[in-house]
Amino acid sequence: MSIVKVEQIGFTYNESWVLKDVSFEVDKGEFIGIIGPNGSGKTTLLKVIDGILPPREGRIWINGALTQTLKRENLAKIIAVVPQESLMIFPFTVHEIVLMGRAPHLGKWRFEGETDFRIAHQAMEMTDTLFLMNRGMNALSGGERQRVLIARALAQQPQIMLLDEPTAFLDIKHQVDFFDLIKTLNKNQSLTVIAVTHDINLASLYCDRIILLHNGNIHCMGSPEEVISESSIKDVYETNVAVDRNPVTGRPRVTPLSAHPNE
Amino acid sequence: MIKHLFSLFFILLSIPVFVNPGGRSDRMVTLPRVIRVCVVLCVIVLFVSLISMLAGPSHVASMSLLKALFSGLYGGDVNISETEKTILFSIRLPRIIFAGLVGAALSVAGVVFQGLLRNPLADPYILGISGGAAVGAIIAILTGLNAFLFGIPGLAFSGALLTIVLVYGIARTKKEIHSTTLLLAGVIVNAFFSAIIMFLISTTGDRNLHNVMFWLMGDLSLAEWKEIILTGFFFLTGFAVIYRYARHLNLIVTGEETAMHLGVNVEQTKKILLVAASLITGVAVSVSGIIGFVGLIIPHMMRMLLGSDHRLLLPSAALFGCSFLIVADTAARTIITPAELPVGVITALCGAPYFIYLLRRKAV
Repeated sequence: MSIVKVEQIGFTYNESWVLKDVSFEVDKGEFIGIIGPNGSGKTTLLKVIDGILPPREGRIWINGALTQTLKRENLAKIIAVVPQESLMIFPFTVHEIVLMGRAPHLGKWRFEGETDFRIAHQAMEMTDTLFLMNRGMNALSGGERQRVLIARALAQQPQIMLLDEPTAFLDIKHQVDFFDLIKTLNKNQSLTVIAVTHDINLASLYCDRIILLHNGNIHCMGSPEEVISESSIKDVYETNVAVDRNPVTGRPRVTPLSAHPNE
Repeated sequence: MIKHLFSLFFILLSIPVFVNPGGRSDRMVTLPRVIRVCVVLCVIVLFVSLISMLAGPSHVASMSLLKALFSGLYGGDVNISETEKTILFSIRLPRIIFAGLVGAALSVAGVVFQGLLRNPLADPYILGISGGAAVGAIIAILTGLNAFLFGIPGLAFSGALLTIVLVYGIARTKKEIHSTTLLLAGVIVNAFFSAIIMFLISTTGDRNLHNVMFWLMGDLSLAEWKEIILTGFFFLTGFAVIYRYARHLNLIVTGEETAMHLGVNVEQTKKILLVAASLITGVAVSVSGIIGFVGLIIPHMMRMLLGSDHRLLLPSAALFGCSFLIVADTAARTIITPAELPVGVITALCGAPYFIYLLRRKAV
């Protein structure tokens, strides 16, 4: 049985459809990439999957249960989200932030117990953020902050992790570090990952399957080799690219082409 | 008397040392720590109240107070004069309890509004509740409707309730309340009420003007047991509701969407917290006038000392706000005896430098 099943989803904020007739299934342990131009509905799709936006049409099944019937708290035990960026207005420490990942597992009154501290500790260990434990969130670099947010998501002990352009503000080293870490978790703990990203090459490197969105519809879906081609990118992004093979991995590689090739 | 004031301020200044002895090293919020901090702050509230009972225009020896208290506890003979007894237990004690309650209510409401609106500049009055209450109170003062229901507090509370309904009505779209819209609605409603207040003030005769100005700057002299019981009831109920959502508030502070990802039913939690915080603000304002600064500054002070976790922040802000307003009110009623200052003058006068002291202390 697939862990996520999206069935003919339609969503609209006011009039025009942001998502229309989107259907796909994700198996446990898969690493899925969602790519597409600005405004193609990537982030909206993610928000519909994690139940923040209720779909106007269609249904979503998580672990065989309809999302609409699940309480937020129970959904948060299955799905964790790593957001793009997280700015703190009031000073929380890294330890406090990671412990917040335990929230869905605690009742209203309860304080964190030994188990919660241990799980948070492990999450920080895995993401190499233990040494930051007592630092304020706002005193961290962008890369460190993203790792802390992964640690918080891990402390939720989710089966599915959703990433919303998590590397948008990171340099190339931290982008690779980030996705390496996610890939390790994906492999070792068979964590299901659904990542929205603007970086087609990163998606190509790490994803088992890629969904290419275009105007709220799925343009095509499949392995990186099947989805990433000069024609599909040209159709969807309306820009000229060259697609060849990554010399090391053999995965498709996209090179944007300028209108001024010699400058 | 000056001696009493000095000792009061000394106690307040020492709070950072008592509450957070290890500096920032021990930051984890656990139940034992919450209890530890609260016990320390409770002891401070008691000390502050005792000293405050000795301060005032007529002299009461500290021995008399102790005797009176012990005899109250253990029975035994009371060999203090009736006058002293009246001063201590019918004049000063109610006022101290009242000041403490109002201080606690404003501080807790301040913590909730700052957290929910994710705005460090928010205070209990930011949604215009004070403006509505002020219009009600001024109408009560000007028309002399004092016999009606609860007099000034009654009309002020009606004004506060009306404002709450109005502001939420404006800010509510479909099923959601957006923080930014709420903030704007509050500012606008407040501006509108300010205009009405200014209009009423400029058309008022001399005799009432003093009363109106006093109310607008905070006035705890209305304290009577009726008001105290009412305020106490609302505050304790409101606090219990708010504290139930303390951990949810932590999550909402880090972002509403994040809170949803972590399993919080954000819209419902926001509504409950807003209504609870608005109600305790409304009650506090309607019985005490507009005491500025407490609800803005106390939450920041406690956040600097103890961190942002609301499970610790809420009770400690309540207790610290309690001590703070008792001290400020003691100063307000003793500095220019036999006359009184509006307590709002004192809260701002000594609150601002103290806040700067804490700000610098943290920076080092």
